[in-house]
Amino acid sequence: MKSAAATPPYTLNHPRWYRKRVSTYWWLQRWEYLRFVLREISSVFVAVFVVELLFQIYALSRGPEAYAAFQGVLKSPIVIALNVFSFFFVIFHSITWFNLSARAMSIRVGGKRVPGFMISGPNFAAWLVISAAIAWLLLRS
Amino acid sequence: MADTIKLEVSRYSPETDAAPHFQSFEVPFRKDWVVLDALNYIKDKQDGSLTYRWSCRMGICGSCGMLVNGEPKLTCATFLADYAPAPVRVEPLRNFPVVRDLVIAMNDFMRKLQKMKPWLIRKEEKPVSEGEYLQTPEELEAYKQFSMCINCMLCYAACPVYGLDPLFSGPAAIALAQRYNLDSRDQGAKDRFPVLSQHDSIWGCTFVGECTRVCPKHVDPAGAIQQYKLTAALDWVKSVVMPWGGK
Repeated sequence: MKSAAATPPYTLNHPRWYRKRVSTYWWLQRWEYLRFVLREISSVFVAVFVVELLFQIYALSRGPEAYAAFQGVLKSPIVIALNVFSFFFVIFHSITWFNLSARAMSIRVGGKRVPGFMISGPNFAAWLVISAAIAWLLLRS
Repeated sequence: MADTIKLEVSRYSPETDAAPHFQSFEVPFRKDWVVLDALNYIKDKQDGSLTYRWSCRMGICGSCGMLVNGEPKLTCATFLADYAPAPVRVEPLRNFPVVRDLVIAMNDFMRKLQKMKPWLIRKEEKPVSEGEYLQTPEELEAYKQFSMCINCMLCYAACPVYGLDPLFSGPAAIALAQRYNLDSRDQGAKDRFPVLSQHDSIWGCTFVGECTRVCPKHVDPAGAIQQYKLTAALDWVKSVVMPWGGK
């Protein structure tokens, strides 16, 4: 027990409350907090994909040579590693987003709240269908 | 099975201590005992100076919220058997100033709750002779979940946003504002809007979702906040699209 000498004396009308500062590493103290922080960080990797796509479109607009050069950049191991890393974060981002959407929306039909899976389910289904359609479009040749 | 269990209880005396410390107690281990029973046993038989809040012992008064092994819990509903044989660590609720031992100061929460005007607001009260404000089961269902809140403040102890930003209104206060907003008898949604739609209120929430996980009454404060964000955003869109008054 530490001595209270350094702090002002306790009086009846000014009780000395103990206030604990939140640690800078609070987000490492529980898995739920860490998962939340990872979910927030995942938006950075969503942005990485978007920026990459914009560069791709820009390269495409400048002709076949510029596009080939851009493809060369994409083939470098560092960019492949970044893309794989980003891919998993984007998947994580999408899954958590759709799961949370069910909790943020309270839709009532006939006085009863529509269960969560009825809101997140169609979102997941649309995601799968659109992804499959794009994959088919790109890979059919 | 061991016949005793160790409790590590956080002690803080504002008269003599600069910071809390842990004190260990051995209490009888009974499978029908909750953490609050163990604390009552300590106060009765071992150390009468141990200070904590409790009242109903049946999960409705909301006074006995504490951290049990770091997790916000109602100690009247947290069985020792779920933690045995390991020692059980009991601390005051996180994110609040400690007054003494396991007692926290709840002034901040009370002030924030009051700001939300958690009561029925009517533009005009009808006379008693006209009878009650009637409500259908569907209208009751619309807000019932949020009305289950017992103000135990476990959600504040679980919320990292409240810990980092003491100005944040917090989960229970917003859920209770929503409880009245969704009540068909209430006409005060417009009065609550300026308080709710602030940065320190709904927009401070980052949807960690821990408040909902620890809530002993399944209120889902996180859901209430996100649902109100949607309401506030739609309101803003309406005011932009129809500035002459689409509300």
